[in-house]
Amino acid sequence: MAQWIEACGTGDIDREDVMRFDHGGRTFAVYHSPEGEFFATDGLCTHEKVHLADGLVMDNIIECPKHNGRFDYRTGAAKGAPVCVNLKTYAVKAEDGKVFIDVA
Amino acid sequence: MSEAGMVIVGGGMAGARAIVSLRANGWQGPITLIGEETLLPYDRPPLSKAMLTDEQEPSPVYLLDDGMIASLGATFIRGSRATRIDRDARAVVLEDGRAISYDKLLIATGAKPRRLAIEGGELAYTLRDFADGDHLRNRLRSSATAAIVGGGFIGLEVAASARKLGCEVTLVEAQPRILMRGVPEEIARVVHQRHLEAGVTMEVGTALKSVDTDGILLADGRKVKAGIVVAGIGASPETALAQQAGLAIENGIACDETLRTSDPDIYASGDCCSFPHGLFGGKRIRLEAWRNATDQANVATGNMLGGSKPYVAVPWFWSDQYDLSLQIAGMPSDGTATVRRQIAEQAFVIFHLDDAGRVVGASGIGTGNSIARDVKMAEMLIAKKASPSPQTLADPSVALKALLKG
Repeated sequence: MAQWIEACGTGDIDREDVMRFDHGGRTFAVYHSPEGEFFATDGLCTHEKVHLADGLVMDNIIECPKHNGRFDYRTGAAKGAPVCVNLKTYAVKAEDGKVFIDVA
Repeated sequence: MSEAGMVIVGGGMAGARAIVSLRANGWQGPITLIGEETLLPYDRPPLSKAMLTDEQEPSPVYLLDDGMIASLGATFIRGSRATRIDRDARAVVLEDGRAISYDKLLIATGAKPRRLAIEGGELAYTLRDFADGDHLRNRLRSSATAAIVGGGFIGLEVAASARKLGCEVTLVEAQPRILMRGVPEEIARVVHQRHLEAGVTMEVGTALKSVDTDGILLADGRKVKAGIVVAGIGASPETALAQQAGLAIENGIACDETLRTSDPDIYASGDCCSFPHGLFGGKRIRLEAWRNATDQANVATGNMLGGSKPYVAVPWFWSDQYDLSLQIAGMPSDGTATVRRQIAEQAFVIFHLDDAGRVVGASGIGTGNSIARDVKMAEMLIAKKASPSPQTLADPSVALKALLKG
């Protein structure tokens, strides 16, 4: 069953940017794409457990701040060395100026 | 090509990456990786940090496992040293006499730590491989005092790790300041200060006379007692194999911009390789860096398969000490002017501009990963040969991303 949690306001993240969101002992990364859509993934890189929200978003790619592992944040797909494990993604909806993610 | 296929000497980051990259580039023939160590390829950055300080017994952070090597269809000959290259027969000869034929060969033999050329210098620990890290870890844990010789990255990282383990640490650097090579003074000062705060005794501009079993003797006659002495005084490229084979050597195995050696069938990558860098006026450089090893292996393997792509990646490396992370991109020493961008109270990036105002380097330091984004964007500006206005670079309220678009 879905478990929608409010992560932030829709104005809190610039387009083509990312924000960290912690909830229930877990950490997530919430993205605002250049096209204005919101996405969410696990907050830590699959390579060395670094917070992805410190990384750089370019188009639909988040790059880990540590070793430049790249992921497509829409799908979680790893985009080459050093990462080869995909990121888990979460459903997101924007309603009433708020961004919710399904953490279930 | 014949059935000999692709052979890689050196089982570190570059060698491991090369296997993956050869397949990703479509090579379907044989691949043989020859490694001197008995371990599978593993990641070296943790050796000076987490491996020394983590509570649990260390185990290597492997880059590949047997299953991955098998699924890539590669042969890994481990625990075997390549003793010479027979270029006429196009074969690598191993210490047990076996000859491994190649169509194209990649040399990725890395660099070895320099030893202290003073009395007792052989008593100092150096750090290159997992076994070295393991020895160092055990010794640091059983020593109350440690003397670190060398204020470069390895020395400083080991000093930070030793403090974390509770050792009383003295760091000795002969140069007038730490991180003389490639790190601007403003940043070195922050690192120096952080080590002082952590309780390290910093002996900078201090020459060393000798090492003995209970410490070191400084040139000015002072004795520093230490249960362990560690030398981090740089590394020299592992070129013996290439040299013996008659390949051109120039501060490493001399390659062209496509990472090809003076023999058209032999390429090099990683710490052992020197090459002219197109982004910096074709200046011949050699990099000892994790990402360089990865990126060079990607380019070299593509070229082994018939490509002719020059290697022009922006040099980049990082160092973690205590809660600080430092990153350097490009060639700061090519800059003639600097612009400082203060990102937060404890975090800043220095942009290095050349006479024409082009960004040629960036150096940043801050807690956690606070400077990572801006250094990454600097890297992209360097690659684009951009010349943004110094005012924009200096103003943290102006996003650098805007400079990259358009």
